[in-house]
Amino acid sequence: MIQLTLPSGIQVEPSEDGRILTLSVGPQHPGSGHFRLIVQVDGDIIVDADPDPGYVHRGEEKMCEYRNWIQNIPHLERPMIADSCGILYPFVLACEEIGSIKVPERAKYIRIIMAEINAMIFELYWLAIYGIFLGHSTMFMWPMGDRELLIDLAEMATGARVTHAYFVPGGVRNDLPDTFRDKAIRQLDYFKHRLDQYKDIFYTNPLFLDRTERVGVLTAQDAINLGVTGPVLRASGVEHDIRKIEPYDVYDELDFKVITMKTGDSYARAYVPYLEMYERINIIKQCLEKMPSGPVRTKLGPNPKGPVGEAFKRVEAGRGELAYYVVSDGTPKPYRIKLSVPSFRMIAAMPHLLKGAKLADMPAIYWSLNYWPVEADR
Amino acid sequence: MSSEGKQPEQSSQSKEAVAKVEIPPVEKGIVDKITTKFGGKAVLAYAKPRRIRFNIKPEDAIEFARFLNDEVGFDQPISVAGTDYPKDNVIEVIYHIGCCTVPEYRSMVFAFALKLPRDNPKTPTLIPVYRGVEYHERETFEMLGVIFEDHPKLQRLLLPEDWADIPPLRKDFNIKGR
Repeated sequence: MIQLTLPSGIQVEPSEDGRILTLSVGPQHPGSGHFRLIVQVDGDIIVDADPDPGYVHRGEEKMCEYRNWIQNIPHLERPMIADSCGILYPFVLACEEIGSIKVPERAKYIRIIMAEINAMIFELYWLAIYGIFLGHSTMFMWPMGDRELLIDLAEMATGARVTHAYFVPGGVRNDLPDTFRDKAIRQLDYFKHRLDQYKDIFYTNPLFLDRTERVGVLTAQDAINLGVTGPVLRASGVEHDIRKIEPYDVYDELDFKVITMKTGDSYARAYVPYLEMYERINIIKQCLEKMPSGPVRTKLGPNPKGPVGEAFKRVEAGRGELAYYVVSDGTPKPYRIKLSVPSFRMIAAMPHLLKGAKLADMPAIYWSLNYWPVEADR
Repeated sequence: MSSEGKQPEQSSQSKEAVAKVEIPPVEKGIVDKITTKFGGKAVLAYAKPRRIRFNIKPEDAIEFARFLNDEVGFDQPISVAGTDYPKDNVIEVIYHIGCCTVPEYRSMVFAFALKLPRDNPKTPTLIPVYRGVEYHERETFEMLGVIFEDHPKLQRLLLPEDWADIPPLRKDFNIKGR
């Protein structure tokens, strides 16, 4: 059988009767990240898709077994540096449950502020990439630029732009500076004004609508059974948000809506995170209003540990439900940590949505699923 | 951590938890549904607020999952994790299932665990019930060497192609230099 490699690096492999072509998209292809999709096409139609992750697997779960709770913090946010507070949040909650650690009230509000800021930082990053892969370069520039507003805030609070290592079991690492509140309100007001403009240039753009409406439709029942989560699940009409159904920290005291859409297509999956950003701004402002003063961290001993037991904690990160299963054997090092990350759960939806779709719709479907190879591989 | 390290003793700990904490009413309802249907086949490990865990046998796994999905309403696969307990010669595979449809169960996570012998860990795949577990099971297969019977594609997923060692999440696999 003849194998040829196109100048773009894509390998082409025809079937026996020459009708089905096997294309290997990735891992060097710029449209996929560190991830490969082996698709079989009949003409322009995808007949089979086989996801092949693992190019950036770093064994996070094994590494956790060699480090204690505090040592585990910096490396656990590496799989998702764009949403580093989101991926650390359930780990910290699980440690607190195992060790029965009380968290000061102020720290709970600060955590929510930082988690929401980080979720927006992530969503803007994703929106930028989604924009450029659908050929909309303005939508690449704008979110990337506006993301700096939020990164500035995160830097002000934590001292680092992306990997903050800010959440610790028992609270947060340090208090917010005094000027944070005023600056946050100013930046968020301006950011909200910018969000309004996104709608005009991107979400009502006929080119974007053509490429995403009725493309890759995921029904509610399939979405639940395939185990997808977050905006992808809510875009299919399932009202499922961990912040609402199982409020952690002080989410039960905050007033916000869960955004859902009924269509379940790529457009809905792109629009739900956009509308959620308004809610996130709203949540941060409420937290800044309600936040009490006081300590932000419960002092733990030098080598914190808990009794024998297990904890399963989940939060709503930027991409959806992020859960940690932590088994403790009574020593400072966790016996087993399992990260159930939203990106990994999206893999199951890929073959389901891509089968029968046109090859040209692949980027629109793939990116709408909010899949991040580094997070999925861990 | 080497295999000589301490291991969590799940049975004694869970008995204690059941005795100490009274089961909240909604969780009690779920536990009752399961125990009426399965009796001694499903052993309650704990029922804390919003978290329930049962231990079952591999041969009941499909029937149990089907009952959980169709009759009880836990329909969303969240995670499949394997844990190695070399001292008891057991690999434990634990499924965490959430619920999207029944309003009062939505805040809960239902877990059921299968204890498999370490030298021949085999359990039927649950893809016929929860399609979403396909890639989770593949990961557990390569990380702990658990064979999921009738899995359509039980192949390597995350590890490098030239990986020629024991499954890395087993406790007798040690990172070099540690």
